[in-house]
Amino acid sequence: MARLRGMRVNGVPEQFREVEALIRQEPTASEDDLGVAGGMRRLCGAAARALSASGAGLTVMVKDGMRAVTAASSPDIERLEELQLTLGEGPCVDAFASARPVLIPDLASAMARWPVYAPAVHASGVRAVFAFPLQVGAARLGMLDVFRSAPGMLTGNELGLALTFAEVAVATLIDGQDGTGNGEAGGWLDDPLGSRAELFQAQGMVMVQLGGSLAEAMARMRAYAYAHDRRLGEVAQDIVARRLSFATPRP
Amino acid sequence: MTTTISAQRLARVFVEVADTLVDEFDLIEFLQLLASRTADLLDASPVGLLLADQRGRLEFMAASDENVKLLELFQVQNQEGPCLDAFRSGTPVVNADLTEAKARWPRFAPRAVQAGFRSVHAFPLRLRAERIGAMNVFSASVGGRLAETDVQIVQALADVASIGLLQERAIKRGELLTEQLQGALNSRITIEQAKGALAQARGISVDEAFAVIRAHARNHNLRLGEVAQAVISDPDSIAEQLR
Repeated sequence: MARLRGMRVNGVPEQFREVEALIRQEPTASEDDLGVAGGMRRLCGAAARALSASGAGLTVMVKDGMRAVTAASSPDIERLEELQLTLGEGPCVDAFASARPVLIPDLASAMARWPVYAPAVHASGVRAVFAFPLQVGAARLGMLDVFRSAPGMLTGNELGLALTFAEVAVATLIDGQDGTGNGEAGGWLDDPLGSRAELFQAQGMVMVQLGGSLAEAMARMRAYAYAHDRRLGEVAQDIVARRLSFATPRP
Repeated sequence: MTTTISAQRLARVFVEVADTLVDEFDLIEFLQLLASRTADLLDASPVGLLLADQRGRLEFMAASDENVKLLELFQVQNQEGPCLDAFRSGTPVVNADLTEAKARWPRFAPRAVQAGFRSVHAFPLRLRAERIGAMNVFSASVGGRLAETDVQIVQALADVASIGLLQERAIKRGELLTEQLQGALNSRITIEQAKGALAQARGISVDEAFAVIRAHARNHNLRLGEVAQAVISDPDSIAEQLR
């Protein structure tokens, strides 16, 4: 929530670019930094650094929701990330299920909520956990977890930054879906001239046109905008006005 | 627009708003109720509610009446407009004549006039120094001025809602408003996606699709977000069911 006091009121596209720059600055590991997986590991590293955290981890749910892929800022954190999935409990599991952030500034007070996970993670030195769903409306892709070794709430700025890291992760994952990887993620949902509502309405329409998922629909819309050198908002406008369709004509 | 609101009607609305701040609370449903009841009190002037996200950006959350034109008017106010002014200053903007507001709001004012409105009001949602959003009231008539008593009443209603959101929730269930808000922002996106999916599946406009979704939610005592989620999960069969 906007606690204006002491909060830097940035435009969202600016924050998006700031976070992308932080990820670019993140040192690459030798073997794994190609493609989406490497990008995700660097995103976790940059998030941990920017949020004064002991680590960050990211879980991507694979289509059927039964399998998951994780990335983390360090092997220790990756184990914590996988532990939640193994146990089926924890802030990230709840964040995914409830489709909203789960912010636990003091893990010691959350023992009853996650009777197995909380003590295990506490024992490994974690004192605060903040879990953010990776999602765009009903398109739910996974979650981003931030771990800290001292209790305390994220500041307003840090919360905004964490949410932006989650948004960048979503953009990267959606781009990975169609393989175009056009690298123009900046402010991808924030076309200042277009209407955000229209963008999501168009996404819903394209989902039905394709008979696919919402993530595929957004990937196709973004690929189309890129290929035709048009703004995403304009493309959405044409879709909602039914001037543009992604439906395959039926024979 | 009204000049006086009956005391009995008013009392009922305040009780209803307070009563919603209990268990099974849903932010969008609450804001929807607040917008609808305020619109009722003001003789059906369209009312919309915008909340600021974590990054200080005003986002449309609920309205007494929802269509493409109104949605655009609410959304443009993350850049300029009476809601942004009320949110930033913490004081209401009342009886702003839209025909003379082009210099003040070059993007917002012409669009509002084109949509058929003549005056506009905005009330901050705030508790002391804490500001969380704004309530927007439109009027189509030339003489659509809010009397001073009405201004006070609408601001009081906005204050009760803000106190409820900022205090009661946090204390009662240990749930943070940020969690609620981010969930509601995402729910709002789901509703837009569902409008599109249903519009495509049924061959209707997005406004018609929203009317169908809202009617279904009301008739079955479901939340808008729940119906929207169901539409996304299976647009074709839902399109049949909602026929």
